[in-house]
Amino acid sequence: MHFSPILLHIPDGFLSTIVSLISWAITIAILSVAVKRTEKLDEKQVPLMGIMAAFIFAAQMINFPVAGGTSGHLLGGVLAAILLGPWAGMLVMTAVIGVQGLLLQDGGLLVMGANILNMGLLTAAIGFGLYKVGDGRKRTLKLGLAGLGAWLSVMAGALTTSLQLWLSGTARLDIVLPAMLGVHAVIGIGETLITVSALAFIFRTRPDLLDPAEGPARGGRGWIFVGAAISLFVLILSPLASSNPDGLERVAGDLGFLAQGKDAPFSILPDYTLPFLGEGAFSTIAAGIIGALVVAILVFFIIQSLRTAKKNA
Amino acid sequence: MHSNIFDRYLHNNSSIHRLAPQVKVVIAILFIFSNALLPDGDWLSFAISWAVILLLNWLARLNLGYTLKRSLIVLPFTLAAITALFSVPGKTLTIWQIGSLELILTDAGLIRFLSIIVRSWLSVQIAILLVATTKFPDLIHALEHLRLPKMLVTVIAFLYRYMSVLTDEVIRLMRARQARSAVLPGRNGGGSLLWRARTAGNMVGQLFLRSYERSDRIYHAMLSRGYSGHLRTLNQHELNINDWLIIALAFLLIAFLQLFAHSIG
Repeated sequence: MHFSPILLHIPDGFLSTIVSLISWAITIAILSVAVKRTEKLDEKQVPLMGIMAAFIFAAQMINFPVAGGTSGHLLGGVLAAILLGPWAGMLVMTAVIGVQGLLLQDGGLLVMGANILNMGLLTAAIGFGLYKVGDGRKRTLKLGLAGLGAWLSVMAGALTTSLQLWLSGTARLDIVLPAMLGVHAVIGIGETLITVSALAFIFRTRPDLLDPAEGPARGGRGWIFVGAAISLFVLILSPLASSNPDGLERVAGDLGFLAQGKDAPFSILPDYTLPFLGEGAFSTIAAGIIGALVVAILVFFIIQSLRTAKKNA
Repeated sequence: MHSNIFDRYLHNNSSIHRLAPQVKVVIAILFIFSNALLPDGDWLSFAISWAVILLLNWLARLNLGYTLKRSLIVLPFTLAAITALFSVPGKTLTIWQIGSLELILTDAGLIRFLSIIVRSWLSVQIAILLVATTKFPDLIHALEHLRLPKMLVTVIAFLYRYMSVLTDEVIRLMRARQARSAVLPGRNGGGSLLWRARTAGNMVGQLFLRSYERSDRIYHAMLSRGYSGHLRTLNQHELNINDWLIIALAFLLIAFLQLFAHSIG
């Protein structure tokens, strides 16, 4: 049985002390806000969050066969944020990652701040932010946004994990980043498929639970900016950094890095640029946007197939 | 499956088992921190750290094979560090040519890679030692003593209490899926990829509804038993002077190890 769906649980020893501590600082700052916001809610919310944490933990075991012995899995950050609101979603994911690290040694203790940031906080923020755009709109759009958020959340996690590994001097940016992003671009599709179909199921059976009119826990429209900012960060920085690691490498020159061999063996779009547009930043950004479009089209087709399935049912 | 398959606690009655959980958490984190601070290629300090871990294992009367087997969990992630072999400038050992990618293996890169693996392997053994000698509910209680927000501790406690219940639920869902997924010999079973993904998604949705409704029942059951917002425990885990002495001793030993490692390196 697989308990950890994706290669994002960093063990101890892979991140330098300084990167671990900075990640902890960011994580603690965000979590303290999350705790303050959720403490205002009624006491019923705490058992609910606890059970939802167990739900995410168990749901990560549900898989579906893809091909050649690999299988699709759920990470769940986006689903948790949409079901419970962003702050509660973050706390739920923190509990899940914390228990995976503490009890199962799936992810280290000193690096847990980084793991929570990559898999819990970023995913919840991006997922809820994009979902919020669809407030009061059609269900189809909401599902599409959730699916896009799910894919981007996995990519965001892969991006920050690679950056942390690189900043720690554990991995070479020009290899680890395209490899991580390439693998997770595929893993993210599994996340999208499961998140969208799970939400569609809940929409069909208990739409009342997805009613946004619930008060402070749900978070305001400001989340749209947070979600958009992280999405842009992922869509712009990942192609830029993959195609031109030299710029980032110069910053970390004193960490003892060599900048050589720029070819990205695993990237889907070669070097994350479009050959006919040349090598510039514009080309890489265009490649990022095309990547996002591909996902959007994919999500559209999933929803189409879901609707026909509903009609047939 | 009604026992908690996730529990890594090994019943024993040793001095390590009897230590207050907060003490063990603090020392474990200090020790892992110390590993992270040891310089690359300082094999002597790594060996000393491992000797201490082995000693603790012996004091806790744990089976060494168990710890070593569990410590292999970090292996898959070593893939992420493999590029460290080629990223540190030093004396060239060999050059590999993969496509247009030229990988230069240096001695410094090799030392860096091995140090990362050893650090990770030592740290995970410490974590294994911690959960093998501390009951997880006590560990959760220790987190509360270490000033983690009460609410987060409560969520973790709930997660721990119900993870095996909901995992059982998942196993039932998966068994039901398997029972309905017969495959004829020589034929491919189970529809298109989208169809399979949608089935998995429906299972997640179903699990959510069952969990949600269960949380409602649990909440009412707790209310009727006097729940007022936080969990109580009979085990107070107050630190006495001995516990403080042990923390101080561990701190001193780690400081010595660091001084030693950094003065020779």
